[in-house]
Amino acid sequence: MKQFIQCIAENNQHQSTHLLKMLREIQDRYHYIPKDAIEQLSELLNIPRTQIISVVEFYSFFHLSPRGKYELLISDSITDHMLGKKNLLDYLAKILSVTVGEVREDGLVSLGNASCTGMCDQGPAGLVNGYALTRLDQPACDQIAALINQQKPLVEWPSELFQVDDNIYKSGLLLNQPYVQGAALRAMIDRGIKATLAEVDGSGLRGRGGAGFKTATKWKFCSEEPQTERYVVCNADEGEPGTFKDRVLLNSYTDQVFEGMAVCAAIIGARQGFLYLRGEYLHLHDKLERILEQRRQNGLLGTNIMGVGLDFDIEICLGAGAYICGEESALIESLEGKAGIPRNRPPYPVTQGYLGKPTVVNNVETFLAATGIAVNGGDWFASIGTEKSKGTKILSISGDCARPGIYEYPFGITVQTILNDCGAVDVLGIQVGGPSGTFISNQEFERKLAFEDLATGGSFIIFNSSRDILDMVNNFTHFFAHESCGFCTPCRVGTALLKKQLAKIVDGHGSAGDVVALEELCQLVKNHSHCGLGQTAANPILTTLERYPDLYHSRLKEISFEPGFDLDGALATARRLANRDDAGAHLAQTESEHE
Amino acid sequence: MANKIRVATTSLAGCFGCHMSFLDIDERMLQLVELVEFDRSPITDIEHCTNCDIGLIEGGVCNSENVHVLREFRANCKILVAVGACAINGGLPAMRNHITLEECLNEAYMDGIGVENPQIPSDIELPLLLDQVRPIHEVVKIDYFLPGCPPSADVFWKFLTDLIEGREPALPYELVHYD
Repeated sequence: MKQFIQCIAENNQHQSTHLLKMLREIQDRYHYIPKDAIEQLSELLNIPRTQIISVVEFYSFFHLSPRGKYELLISDSITDHMLGKKNLLDYLAKILSVTVGEVREDGLVSLGNASCTGMCDQGPAGLVNGYALTRLDQPACDQIAALINQQKPLVEWPSELFQVDDNIYKSGLLLNQPYVQGAALRAMIDRGIKATLAEVDGSGLRGRGGAGFKTATKWKFCSEEPQTERYVVCNADEGEPGTFKDRVLLNSYTDQVFEGMAVCAAIIGARQGFLYLRGEYLHLHDKLERILEQRRQNGLLGTNIMGVGLDFDIEICLGAGAYICGEESALIESLEGKAGIPRNRPPYPVTQGYLGKPTVVNNVETFLAATGIAVNGGDWFASIGTEKSKGTKILSISGDCARPGIYEYPFGITVQTILNDCGAVDVLGIQVGGPSGTFISNQEFERKLAFEDLATGGSFIIFNSSRDILDMVNNFTHFFAHESCGFCTPCRVGTALLKKQLAKIVDGHGSAGDVVALEELCQLVKNHSHCGLGQTAANPILTTLERYPDLYHSRLKEISFEPGFDLDGALATARRLANRDDAGAHLAQTESEHE
Repeated sequence: MANKIRVATTSLAGCFGCHMSFLDIDERMLQLVELVEFDRSPITDIEHCTNCDIGLIEGGVCNSENVHVLREFRANCKILVAVGACAINGGLPAMRNHITLEECLNEAYMDGIGVENPQIPSDIELPLLLDQVRPIHEVVKIDYFLPGCPPSADVFWKFLTDLIEGREPALPYELVHYD
């Protein structure tokens, strides 16, 4: 092992910014991060041991104790649940003789849950040693169990298990745009860099991650910073449950995304770019590297791009299972090899980003749009959409509809039109923009997708009338509690309390004051959390409570209070140890029952 | 004053530190007893609550007796108040929540150093321990929370005078600012 670690450190020039990459290699080889490896790395990289441990503990794909040689994770997204995830997980646990969350005694296999793996249109999905599995069903599980028990290496597994489809059902301005490699860079060089920024400005393009900051403004701010070492980062940490468009864009529109980054780099004056790829999309990694290499060979990356003296290259960095790294400052921390804890803002990344240098972080779709705008000009883009939301939005549609997949629409489209297109009937409501977004009821289908009305990063999960809204709320609330980075108390403790208080009501232990208490807790978490995660973690509860108060109240008991846990059950251990079963050794669940 | 405000107090899984802090209102106690009458409380040695206006509870819930006492207070007090860190969060006693009850009891009564005649106590007079120490609001409805370990005498004073004089109790920042 000593030699292996030494080798890894050397390959990464002893740079602690590459810590995640090194830990990935160690985790791959040993199925955990051994203590000795941490000691050795700490010396080789000259960083404290505790810093490495904090990183290992932060990311859900790293472990301090051994996982199975085959680590099987099943996606816990609500969309996977709607496709029968729970039964499947139980079935896998049974046929593999392994407890969920644990490693089988022989160390061959471990089974667990993963937050949404971005395969919502082809679930139930999972990951085996980091590689995406799709459309799991019982026969596929049988097959997987057999392959694991035979200890077949992953490369020998049938490729159908790993087949990931694009499922593009409706393409518009961006997805229909014909593309010639280098066309955007050529157009930019011909037009001039300043003029190209003006086109991006004129296009009205706003960030596609969801927040909607104006792209040209961000680029301009960054280019005006006095520091000359600047960076471009493509945020492909698509973790919002129900979102998977970036996976498709990176798979089939790769060149356009990279070229958008190069255009941005030329405008802001950056020589280095990063693609931060979520760990769940490991299956795309080699393809992306190949395309980067091809672009280098074609003179579109590297030194002296297109012979005009532009230098720019892109490095791919893989995440390790942390939703919070989609937040741009957390993403930058992660790029620097640290735990993904959001920074205080300001200073914003455009002034102090990667390694404290000015950095532009944009979504995959934003760079794709930038490529189109560089080729066709700002008017081409601005002619479509609404006043404040120009162009189109690429949606990831999943849940109860006939054709889940990718749809591109001009901004301003009504929800009803989308439902008609994807074949959704008997719809109860839709989660727009993922768990951190808004739940809309079937009274609101004339609303429009646009920053003016329903803003969205692209997630669109449809629920039909057979679904229980509180199941969904419960799933989302667990998701946030799991993904809280733990830095600030309102979010770390608050999301756990939300989970508990919601469970109390959902499980039927709630009484008069419990919904009010839940709402107060929501406001506290929302108003006092450090970053967007905590500020939106209560949205699933708040948006459904606003629309369906009766749903919550109907679960309440007609008494003033009941404990949210089994009071008598809490005495069971003591009864057994004291060998008692008299009346005094029992407690009634409520006072009235007691009297 | 014909009808004094009736106050009851108790300590569950607590250290009586909150009660001690309450006594730190010092000479203001004389002013207070003009306005209130103490019912069940360590101050009076009255064993059971009767109709009260305010119940002050120190400490969390660690055993079945705590549950009974807490319910008695809830049934008899119009306003029930969680006083101090243990009542609000479980506090110090809740540190045992990370260890199973069986391990705790074995360490104390069976395997611990110096234990003679090892046996887990079993007597119907003894309350049984809950597997986890709980904050009191998880067991009954609580109306107000007084933070602090312990809440300062001024917190008690401000809170009680607010209630007695018919104001919605409010603690200014200085009183809940600890560093």
